[in-house]
Amino acid sequence: MTEQYAIECRQITKVFGSVIANDKINLTVKYGEIMALLGENGSGKTTLMNMLSGIYHPDSGSILVGGKEVSINSPVDSRNLGIGMIHQHFKLVDVFSAMENIVLGTGGKRLGKKALKEKIEQLSHSFGLEIEPEKKIYDMSVSEKQTVEILKVLYRGAQILILDEPTAVLTPQETDKLFAILRKMREQGCAIIIITHKLHEVLSISDRVTILRKGQSIDTVMTKDCNEKQLTELMVGRPVSLNIERPEIAEKNTILKVVDLTVEKSDGTVALDDISFEIKTGEILGVAGVAGSGQKELCETLTGLMPAKKGAILYHKENVLGKTPSEIIRLGISMSFVPEDRLGMGLVASMGMVDNMLLKSYTEAKGPFVEREPARELAEKLIDKLGIVTPGVDTPVRLMSGGNVQKVLLGREIESNPQVLITAYPVRGLDINSSYMIYDLLNEQKKKGVAVVYIGEDLDVLLELSDRIMVLCHGKVTGVVDAKTVTKEQIGLMMTGAGKEERV
Amino acid sequence: MKEPLIRVVKKAELGSREIFILRLEAIFLALVAGGLFILLIGQNPFVIYKTIITGALRSEMAIQATVKIAIPLLIASLGVTLAFKMRFWNIGAEGQIIMGGIFASYFALFHAGWNHWLLVIVMFLAGALGGGLWGLIPAWFKTKYDTNETLFTLMLNYIALNVIVFLREGPWRDPGSQGYAKIARFDKNAALDKVLGIQFGWVIALALLVLVWIYLNRSKQGYEIGVVGESQETARYAGMNVKKVVLRTMFLSGAVCGIGGMVQACGSDVTLTTAVAGGVGFTAIIVAWLAQLNPPAIFIVTILFSILEKGSSVVQSSFGLSSDCADVLQGIILFFILGCELFIRYKFVFRGKGGAGV
Repeated sequence: MTEQYAIECRQITKVFGSVIANDKINLTVKYGEIMALLGENGSGKTTLMNMLSGIYHPDSGSILVGGKEVSINSPVDSRNLGIGMIHQHFKLVDVFSAMENIVLGTGGKRLGKKALKEKIEQLSHSFGLEIEPEKKIYDMSVSEKQTVEILKVLYRGAQILILDEPTAVLTPQETDKLFAILRKMREQGCAIIIITHKLHEVLSISDRVTILRKGQSIDTVMTKDCNEKQLTELMVGRPVSLNIERPEIAEKNTILKVVDLTVEKSDGTVALDDISFEIKTGEILGVAGVAGSGQKELCETLTGLMPAKKGAILYHKENVLGKTPSEIIRLGISMSFVPEDRLGMGLVASMGMVDNMLLKSYTEAKGPFVEREPARELAEKLIDKLGIVTPGVDTPVRLMSGGNVQKVLLGREIESNPQVLITAYPVRGLDINSSYMIYDLLNEQKKKGVAVVYIGEDLDVLLELSDRIMVLCHGKVTGVVDAKTVTKEQIGLMMTGAGKEERV
Repeated sequence: MKEPLIRVVKKAELGSREIFILRLEAIFLALVAGGLFILLIGQNPFVIYKTIITGALRSEMAIQATVKIAIPLLIASLGVTLAFKMRFWNIGAEGQIIMGGIFASYFALFHAGWNHWLLVIVMFLAGALGGGLWGLIPAWFKTKYDTNETLFTLMLNYIALNVIVFLREGPWRDPGSQGYAKIARFDKNAALDKVLGIQFGWVIALALLVLVWIYLNRSKQGYEIGVVGESQETARYAGMNVKKVVLRTMFLSGAVCGIGGMVQACGSDVTLTTAVAGGVGFTAIIVAWLAQLNPPAIFIVTILFSILEKGSSVVQSSFGLSSDCADVLQGIILFFILGCELFIRYKFVFRGKGGAGV
């Protein structure tokens, strides 16, 4: 007898303009199995899953659910087929309780409040989920919200779950908890697809792995038969070394000192709560923390974009708090902030490289006109030096690939010869090769005696690249530790505020 | 579950040559569709089209009339372009034109005895100031309270229009006029001179064309407009004072429109009426977008629009068609040209046809 697959994708193709997002992809997942979908950003993982959840329609190929060919035209179709998707960004109504969010959008007769609560509690119990049905979403932690999302799809009777990078917002401890839940679901016969690019997670949770590369399904392997190195090679397409350098610099001087800094967001909530730390020349200070712990506000305060309520930022012993962004740029404090949508800040998407080079220096030209010639030379120099791939220096940067955009941004900041270089999520969305190129660039700056601040997401990278790591939790500094001796678990605990504070 | 009949699919980014061809096709189709409409009302489309062109260009007088239509349209289109580059939706060109006209008219009416060139320069500056201030109001509220500029600028149009009505009925009413109220005709000294038989305004319009072009593409301030329009976050990060840029740009946008009002009142009308803007401020929005906010293209589109308008009026009188027919024709042409923008970015895929082909 042929095996019954929960989902079978045959030769799925999807094209966006000139980009082939999915090229004849084959993928299968059985009931009672956890399948990991592994691939670098832009390899087509999310596109494929969006077709299963009815957001896109494939250009060609067929999808079989439970052995029957189906056409999924809308999220409702997908739901009726028992497919539930848990997106990276939660889709919950903040002012509603967990219970109200769970029943939202389900048709048919509503259960009474008491019966509903019982049903949800029973459901969560059977999967080992912990939830308070009456709690409002805005009172919940990220991990609790994710639990609500999972319950939402289970309540709708989903037998097939798709999770899009579920661990990106979780601490290591919360991730372990999530994985325990997923294993329980597998026991109950659910089919689970988990999208991720973190290799150790793939190895610890999945039964099989399908690897996508540049829109094609490269291979499907049994997890127990492979290791991290093999998976990386399949994902990248060639052997890569996974070691990040950490050169030692003998001479370190404190260049920037943050003292008792308190910053409030525009809505009056505290973003940074009485934090103090030092940044030294010739070292990389890593900043760890769950997303939204104050990283963005820290960047913006240091660069003069956000006012502080209390405290001081001493740069060469002079307080720079209260100076305008352009004054701070002239002092040599440079920031390359890469927001989630990458182009939101630091680069102008519709302009070419030349005009983007001008962004921070256009005022230096004399007279009322901008001088594009030096900017053009700089752009050409960066293309040579960093191997940037672009049709031309005037091609809008939005048409360039993520890695190249990042190089343009970081390259410009480095060329301005900063004393302090603040980088936030510089490798976000980059493939492995480009990421390593960025790490090398940062190390080069460190060797030149620049004080580098690296705000990162991946703890493994932070541990290897940084000299010291500062951990933020709800706007507080919960520890500044030596990256060479600390463990990932210790940092995880500090990220939740549970670890004891220590300083090096 | 069936596959939907038609799906919209994103296209590859087209090259500028392909986009140009697509636009030409759109214009061709517009002419065909317009021709069908003309056939339907019992006329020969070829004759009508020919009359539009010859009607606008057949004689020196016709050409002068066409240019007269083009002058305020070109100026106002350049004005709104400044704001649109900043993604500030200035729908208030109409009001800014009117205010420019009112400010200039004050000097034309009450200081007609000044030295001619001094008077013209003062009227020019007054027109720019009037329009500029009218543009500054919504910009100030936008930066201060984040009000919606689209509604704000639109509403100011009606206020400006009724300011003229007030002046006409009250303080500026021509005591010599019999029957319904109107504002007096300006003294000859306050009227703009003629160059090549057309009022001086066309020289001003062409000068503004070059200035706005240089300003947007070469100046620091023009660069700032582009950055602020793309992302205010990026602009702040680069050390720009976003509020200052918004206020300055909207003042300039309004000022250019205001010059349009001054030119129309003192050059063409030689008086101030409620028709000083006459919808030009709205047409300018269409012109600016059709030209993709590119000054040389704005010039071409303005000329084409003016030919269509002048030609249509000739068709009206020589074939006895109502002015509504000309409006329908204009509407059809706009529909196709604006509609083709969709096909530049998307294509439609029918059921069973796949669509994966690149």
